[in-house]
This record gives sequence, structure tokens and C-alpha cells, in this order.
Amino acid sequence: MINTFIGDLGHFCVILAFVAAIVSALSYFMATLKQPLGMVDANWQRLGRGAFFVHTLAVMGIIAALFTIIYTHRYEYYYAWSHSSNYLPTHFMISCFWEGQEGSFLLWIFWHTLLGLAIIKFNKKWEAPTMAVFAFVQIFLASMILGIVVGDLKIGSSPFILLRDFMPDAPVFKLNPNYIPSDGTGLNPLLQNYWMVIHPPTLFLGFAITLVPFAFAIAGLWKNEFKEWIKPALPWALFGGVVLGVGIMMGAYWAYETLNFGGYWNWDPVENAVYIPWLVLVAGIHTMVIYKRSKSALHTTFILVITTFLLVLYATFLTRSGILGNASVHSFTDLGLSGQLFSYLAAFVVLAIVLLIWRWKAIPATQKELTTYNSEFWVFIGAAVLCLGAFQVLVTTSIPVYNAFMGFIGIKTNLALPADQIAHYTKFQLWMGVAIAILSGFAQLMWWQKNDKEKLANALAVPLILTLLFVSLILVLGKMGIGPKIDNPIYIILLVASFFAVIANLGMIFTLVKRKAVLTGGAVAHIGIALMLIGILYSSGYSSIVSMNTSGLLYSREFPEDINRDNVLLFRNDDADMGKYKLTYKGKFLEVKDFPEYVNRELLFRLEDEHRALARTDLKYKDKLYFKTGDTVGIYPENTYYQVQYLEKESGKTFELYPRAQVNREMGFIASPSIKNGLTSDLYTHVSAVGNEEEREWSELKEFDLAIGDTLFLNDYFAVLKGIEPTRKIEGVQLGETDVAVQADLKIYGENNKEYHGHPIFVIKDSMVGRIPDEIEDLGLRLTFMNIDTKANRFKIGVNTTQKDYIILKAMEKPFINVLWIGTILMSIGFVMAIVRRYKEGSSVTDAAPDKGSAKQRATRSKQVANV
Amino acid sequence: MKKTHIIGIAIIAMAIAIIVSTAGDASSYVSFKEARELASEGNNNAVHVVGRLKKDPNNHILGMKYDPLLDPNYFTFTLVDTNRIEQQVVYFKPKPQDFERSEQVVIIGKMNRDIFVADKILLKCPSKYVENEIKAETAGL
Repeated sequence: MINTFIGDLGHFCVILAFVAAIVSALSYFMATLKQPLGMVDANWQRLGRGAFFVHTLAVMGIIAALFTIIYTHRYEYYYAWSHSSNYLPTHFMISCFWEGQEGSFLLWIFWHTLLGLAIIKFNKKWEAPTMAVFAFVQIFLASMILGIVVGDLKIGSSPFILLRDFMPDAPVFKLNPNYIPSDGTGLNPLLQNYWMVIHPPTLFLGFAITLVPFAFAIAGLWKNEFKEWIKPALPWALFGGVVLGVGIMMGAYWAYETLNFGGYWNWDPVENAVYIPWLVLVAGIHTMVIYKRSKSALHTTFILVITTFLLVLYATFLTRSGILGNASVHSFTDLGLSGQLFSYLAAFVVLAIVLLIWRWKAIPATQKELTTYNSEFWVFIGAAVLCLGAFQVLVTTSIPVYNAFMGFIGIKTNLALPADQIAHYTKFQLWMGVAIAILSGFAQLMWWQKNDKEKLANALAVPLILTLLFVSLILVLGKMGIGPKIDNPIYIILLVASFFAVIANLGMIFTLVKRKAVLTGGAVAHIGIALMLIGILYSSGYSSIVSMNTSGLLYSREFPEDINRDNVLLFRNDDADMGKYKLTYKGKFLEVKDFPEYVNRELLFRLEDEHRALARTDLKYKDKLYFKTGDTVGIYPENTYYQVQYLEKESGKTFELYPRAQVNREMGFIASPSIKNGLTSDLYTHVSAVGNEEEREWSELKEFDLAIGDTLFLNDYFAVLKGIEPTRKIEGVQLGETDVAVQADLKIYGENNKEYHGHPIFVIKDSMVGRIPDEIEDLGLRLTFMNIDTKANRFKIGVNTTQKDYIILKAMEKPFINVLWIGTILMSIGFVMAIVRRYKEGSSVTDAAPDKGSAKQRATRSKQVANV
Repeated sequence: MKKTHIIGIAIIAMAIAIIVSTAGDASSYVSFKEARELASEGNNNAVHVVGRLKKDPNNHILGMKYDPLLDPNYFTFTLVDTNRIEQQVVYFKPKPQDFERSEQVVIIGKMNRDIFVADKILLKCPSKYVENEIKAETAGL
């Protein structure tokens, strides 16, 4: 039975959430209208708050309804049908939420409601104006999932649409309007990864948090409170910085593990769309800190905080409007809402800019000039560099938008993204990295002391000397063959800059930790960033191909120069030499549910239900028996793992990697790497192509007439017919009383003295002859039991041969990639320390202005620094 | 002049430099005719060409060759651009899987003498997953 109740309930909640957001926005607006900050019309405020609570409850209701639909497999709903399936494990059902656009909007809305509640609780003074902004944004977001059609205008797309309403023309609904599919089409297997359970919520939380500083900035402009908002907004901005940063890196790690472009960052527009606002947000955090220190850069702070949120909206527009088209592999599908998205973007841009221009003159500016001896000056330069870096990525990522815009006004353009995107972005971003590293070290040294020429020189001397010593050592070691040899001058500059940042910040930590450990957050985060730069430099700049084709066998000599031949062909069970390894491709494996290891496909008998198979042998792992012969096991049919054995020639050690190939319903064939994590480098291996099983061509059947004990010669192998035995158990066939089945036992001697057994079966069922051939994949043989001559005791065995199974493989070594991940963790820790510090500053009354009158404090600080 | 102004001018100058440089790096969508002209003028920039695979009336792909047993890093095919000009394309990497299924192919690279050398191939495949189709199952209701 179609259950329309749950969907109607969900849709009602959507409408309720939308209406409540309107009421809330309006009431908060009225509550604070024409009142100074902190003064409100209590009635209006109460109504606004109440409406926001109703809105929050309604949002929870939407989530509960949608989850119920997915969890109970209600495939009469389009959302469940297209994003879930019967075999989906529960933890991935959560991922179904954000596979679709509607669900990801829902997630975003959800985070906003939580953040709104936090503001109501903790920022009472700012509640009315900030919550007016919050509720206003919620109106727009809720309308994206409203799913109401007014005339020709479609407002939003509801996640509660019934399948039959989604595709009313499908023939099956003409026959039976109450038709319910028995299974869904499933979650894209590429997203069935634990990172995809936590990465999208993290990213959307980051997106959501950028609204908080934005709301404070708008409230500040609105209420003519141009300075006060920074104190409560700063910890939120830091929180947004860490969450977005971590979210980006989670995505990078997922890409490294799952996609096969050979790295963690591909400059895909979807990645860039998050990277751009993050850079601007971090720049904004720095100008906020400058303002707290020296009362300058207030105008810039307003611009950056507002821009961050607008860039988040722009990112949403880019990835969800379908405007990227071919330019991106993983943007959402177009729901025909690009007009709606664009009008929101335009509305917020115009409103924010008008407000900012209107108040521009009123924003206080300091007349005091910063000198080059002020650390704030250099922090400001750093923020400017971040913004330029963001601007560069924005200009290039928006190329498809220019074409669309020109097309809109009737001019045809043919602009395309740069052919070599990595080279294009690296050209700029590398120098941004250099500048950031140098400035972060330099400004950090200056930040805690009063500077003049002499003091600065003193402070710089030790870190500089240490840096040069360290880098020289690394370069010499590289020349001696320990670690990659670095001879590109640009890379050397980046290395020097990054090490300077690490050492200068580390020195600062040692001095500060004696005074107050919580102050070191900035230094820790900067070390993290510098380590990330070093990790990127090594792992990307010095990634080396292991699978160089050294066979000397070249198909064409048309362009022998400068072509990297990075892929090698591996025949099953043949050895191939690659650098310090000897590789062998051993066979195809599958993942079995509730079994810790991959299982060779030949040990499993596939059933008609592609998610199930019978075990042909006992499945054991570390002496523990998991499944017995004949047990039915659950398998994941879309993934095949190719076992590749690596033999380290020097040490004689072996290990196995299992690169994966996935038959993806939506995206075709997708190869995922298998990574051997090492302390100093990762070994990254993926298949580039595999022999196509369906298109395999079998040779003509060759018959052999054999008696028991006879030998037959098959190309390179020979086999012996060991015996014939009756059998009663045939998988997938029900034998009756009068039916007969016999199986031949053939022993085949393959390469490397490996022995195989073939068991072709001959059946007489209901007086009909049936033959069940047996395939030995390793050898490319198919054996068929053709006939029995009972009088002469001779047996006919038919043999087909085929091309031996092979894979084409690419392997890379990525040095010091762990430094990147360690850097990420350090950066996050630094951010959290800064949040703690800034939050305490904001909330404690006694220590309300630690930076005021800081000249004296700073003088003592510098004394302490000098003493160390 | 105040220092802020100098910084402001420097930032604007760099922003302009970024735009100019991006315009220089940006590739373009061209036809094979234009690609050949560009190459003969000595222009070494990589371009994008959009096209379809050459097929006979029975929908068999013509002019495609990939023999991994001989050389896994050599793949060649014939692409017909939107102006119906044919061109042999060489790709020094394994053949992308699902290549035959593609509706539209975008190649990024440049002409080298008579052959277009592609550095990158983007495929637009008809989604197997057609949302308007539900397999008529017997186990319906």
C-alpha cells in the first residue's frame, strides 16, 4: 500500500518550517526596528523566538519523516527509490540524505537552526537583529525544498514527492497507479564510504557557521554598532574556519582513497567552491584580530566577513545550478532551480552591498598609520595575500559562468578551463603558500614584542640560521639519495619559507608556553599550515611513478619523446619487475559481508540474487571459522578487488594490495586505488583498465576422448583426468529422484607448479542432458563434460581457451604525505585553542579588554621574550 | 601617499595581473580546422575539441585501436567534430573504460603534425540510470 501519510506529514512540516521562518524573520525585524542594540519590543521578540522554535521543530519533523521513508524502504517515494536500496547498510542510509540536493539543503537548514538556538541562548544582547538575519536566510533555504508550483513557476523541489508524481508518464503507472518498486536504485557506490558519512555534514556545518559572523556584521551595520560585534563574532569565525578547513581536508582524503586521479586535490570546481570562502574567512579572522589589537582594518573586516557568506552562496549556485556542466565531475544534478538560486544570490549580494555602502562613512577608521614595524601591518598583508589567492581561484573557476552569462546576453563564447589546470593553479597558489609561510613566521615573531630594527634583527637571527641549516641538510641528504632530491629553485624557496614558518612559530611556542599556553593557538595553527605546505610539496611535487613501462615494447614510435608511459600490463600470475618491487597479479576478489578479508571470486558461487553467493570452501580468518562450505554469504557485487602481490626485492618481504574497480550505475567504470601507508611514503596503486569479461572471446571447443588416468595437453598446460564421481549436490539445480549427475575431476598443472582442479558436471534431469562447465580463470580455460561412453568407459571432455586475464596498472610513490595529514591535525588543534582563548575573552567581564593599554604589557612581554 | 594606498594599488595591480594571466592560460573550444590552423601557425596551446566517435551505419565504431597486449599506453581513435571533420586522435594512456558508450567526447590537447595528441579525454555518457524507466517487476505490490 502506498503510504501517503508520512510524506504528507513531511511536506506539511516543510511548509510549516517555511511559514514559521517568515513569521520569525518578520517578528525579530519588528522587535528591533528603530531600537538601539539591546533594546527590543518584548512582544515581538517573544513571537520571533517562538516562531523560530516552531521552525526548528518543523525541521526536525522533516528530517524524521524523510529518514523514516528511507529507513523503512518506502520506494513509493522518489527520494527513497533513487537514493537507497534494500541492501544498503543503515549507516549509509544517513548518506542518502545528502546524495540528493533536497537532503543537502535540509542538512544545511538543520545546522542553521542549531546555530540559531545557540545565539538565542548565548548572545541575548544581539538576539533580535542577528536572528532576523538568520530567519531571513532560513526563508530562502526552506523555499528550496518547498516543492510548490505556482503557474509555470516551480518553487523548490520537495523530497517528499511520490515516484508516480515524479514520473507520471512511466507506463507502469498507467497500468497500476499504486505500483511500488520492490527495490530502490541505490546509493552511488562511490559514496558508500565512511568519509562520505561525515564529510558532507562537516562541510555544511562550516557553510552554516559562516552565517553567524555575517549575521553579526549585518546587525552591527544595521544598529550602528560597528565595533562591538567583533568580540562575539570572532570565536564563531574561528569555529567556522576550523570546521570548513577540516571538511575540505576530509574531502581531500576521501578523494585520495577513492578516486584515481592520483592525489587528494584536483582543482575541481566543487572543491574550489569551498576553498575560496575558506581562504576569505581565514583572511577575515586575521583582520578581526588586527582590529582587536590596534583598532584598524575595520572596513576590511566588514568586507571580508560579508564576502565569505556571499561566496558560500555563490558556491551553492555554482555546484547546484548545473552551470558547470562538463567542467566538474561531481556537481549535483540540475533540478531546474537555477533561477531561484540565482535570485537568492543576487538578493543577498545587493542587500549586503547596499547596507555596507550606506553605512560606509559611519564606520570608524583609525587615523593612525601602521608602520612596517607593526606586526599588524604584516598580518594585514597576509590577509591580502589570502584574498588574492582566493580571487585567483575564483576567476578561473568561474570560466563556465562567463560563457553562460555571455550566452544569456546573446554572445557566443568558447572559453574553456585551462588545459593543464594543475600547472595553472600551482603557478599562483605556490607563491601564495610561500608568502603565507614567510609572513606567518615573520608576523608571529613581531606580534609579541615591540619592534625596532635591532630587536627585529635579533628575533629573526636564530630562526633564519636554523632554517638555512635545516634546509641545507635536507638538500644534501636528497643529493645522497635519502629522500627526494630537490633541485627545482622554486621548490627550494617554498621549502625554506615553510621551514622558516615552522621554526619561527615553534620558537614562539616555547616562549609563550611559559607565560600562558592558551596564547599559542595561532602559532600551532601556523605550524600546521607550514607542515601542510611541506607535505604537499613532497607528495605532489615528488610523486614518482613506480609502474614505468620498461619492457621497451612500444606500439608506436610516432612521438617517442616526452611521453610518459605510466601503465604496465600484468598477466595473471606472471611476474613483472618494477623498480624495487616484483609484482604479480593474482586474481579477482570480492568483499564478503561480515568477513574481515577479501575473498577470491573462485571460492564463491554466485547466485541469481547478485548480492548473495555460496561459499565453495570454509571461510577462515586467523583460525576462526566464519562460514562453512555451502553457506550463503552476502557480497557487494559492484566492487571487484584485484589482488596484486608486491615483493620487495631487497628484503624479500611481500605484501598484497587490492586496487578496486567498481561498476557504477551512474558513472560507469570507476577504479579506486589501494594504498600502502608507510611512515615516509605511501605506495599508491590503481588499475587503469581490466580485461573485459563480457567481451572475452573463447576459442572453438576442442574435444578430448579420455579414459581415467589419461593426460591431455592444453596449450601451455597439461591436465590429468583423475576420476569420475556421481554427485547429488549441484548449486542452483534441484535434482529429482530419477535424475543423475556426475562430475569429472581434472587436475591441471599450471605455471609455477601450481595445481588446479576442474569439476565440469554432466546432468541428466527429466531425461534431458545438461552440462555445467567449470572455468579456471587463472588459466583462461573452460572445461565441459560432453559425454559418457559407459560401454568403453571413456569420457569426452571439451575445452575452450581464452585470452589470459590481465590488468593494466599504475603505481606511484607519494613521499611524506603523512606530513600533510599531521599538519591538518595541528592546524585544527591551533584553531580550537584560539577559539577557547577568544571565547573566554568575549565572556569574562574582568578580563574584558586584555589588549587595552597593552603598551605596558607588551613592554614586559618583550622583556620576557628577550630573556629567553 | 599613505601606505594603505600603496597596498591598495599593489593589490589591484596583482588582481589585474591574475585576470590577464588567467585569460592567457584559458583554453578554448575549437573545431579541428581551427586546431590545425593554430598548430600550423606554431601556436602551442592546448585546445578543447568536442566531437563524436566515427561510426558506420550499423553503429560500429570505426578507426579505433587499443591493444593492451602490445602497448597499454597507446590508444587511438577517430573523432568527428561538430563541423563533421574527421581527425585521428592519439592518447598515450590506457583506453578509458566505457569509451564506446560515450555520446560525446571532449578531447584536450593539440595537433602534432597530422595527429591530434590528447592529454585528457572527457566523456559524456548517457546515464544508464534513466530516471523515467522503472524495470517492470513482477513483485510489485
